[in-house]
Amino acid sequence: MSEGVKKFLYVNRKAPHGTIYALEALEVVLIGAAFEQDVELAFLDDGVFQLVKGWDTKDLGSKNFAPTYMALGDFEVTKVFVEKESLDERGLTADDLMELMYEDEDDDWAEKPSIRIVSREEMARIMAANDVILSF
Amino acid sequence: MAYDVNGTTVEHDEEGYITNLSDWTKELAEVIAKEENVEMTDEHWEVVNFLREYYDEYQIAPAIRVLVKAMKKKFGPEKGNNKYLYELFPYGPAKQACKIAGLPKPTGCV
Amino acid sequence: MAMLHTVNKSPYEKSALESCLNHVSEGDTVLLIEDGVYAVVKGGRAANALASVKGVKIAALEADLKARGIGGDKITEGVEVVDYGGFVDLVEANDKTEAWL
Repeated sequence: MSEGVKKFLYVNRKAPHGTIYALEALEVVLIGAAFEQDVELAFLDDGVFQLVKGWDTKDLGSKNFAPTYMALGDFEVTKVFVEKESLDERGLTADDLMELMYEDEDDDWAEKPSIRIVSREEMARIMAANDVILSF
Repeated sequence: MAYDVNGTTVEHDEEGYITNLSDWTKELAEVIAKEENVEMTDEHWEVVNFLREYYDEYQIAPAIRVLVKAMKKKFGPEKGNNKYLYELFPYGPAKQACKIAGLPKPTGCV
Repeated sequence: MAMLHTVNKSPYEKSALESCLNHVSEGDTVLLIEDGVYAVVKGGRAANALASVKGVKIAALEADLKARGIGGDKITEGVEVVDYGGFVDLVEANDKTEAWL
């Protein structure tokens, strides 16, 4: 493993509401990012449902954490990988997803999209390339 | 445990964060600030209002690093730095200002 | 950068194993634990899936197999049965671990 800052990959494979995993993952990611870790996020399988835009849990009486994903860019979490095959299998496309953005400090604070759609093969390579994998 | 705001009681946890976010009022903020030994000036209100707006939009309190960056963008570098924020809120800008702003305790930050 | 993947869900209830096998790289190890061990039962759909993945070591935890009455020739070929010590050895032998929950 490389010295110094470790690369962390948070793997999200669960839908947002059936279990507490999605919310817990998001909180852990934001805490980790506050400590300036090098953080990447992966969404595959049912995890892609977390990023579908327009969900609102108000009527469920549980915390509506959909807007919190929009804060990831502020916390400098700028690499969000979403697996194309997982979207396809669920009848979703990139257009169905939230528009997560970040401001690139090295490019005059230009707004850039954080989400990158990757193939299953690329996802496997991303997993292999990180130092630590945390699964939710 | 509760704060007393002109005869009304507002519940808080053992660290002083209010239990019900919708209980917050400007008067309550003054009461919490007094307990924290913070005298609220316009500069303090700027930060507290900013935190409330941020929470309203994202449902999360910003980490200190995020707060500094966002303050810098909105109010300029003379206010968007650690020193300025710590002078206003000596016990940790995010933590102390969040308490006064009526937000939940920020996760993993000062 | 070899990786140890653990799978703890039955392949007949959850897609964790399928998803794991879709993301392994050559030289990795898949360790089946808890209900994940049901995948090794010979003749099952999951056992066939395990056999179709090349270049990846498949292991299953002995205690979990025993607890479920899976042993001897019930276990499909190519599966290495490991005890808790073997589990630790696998963690040590790989650069990192990914849990497929």
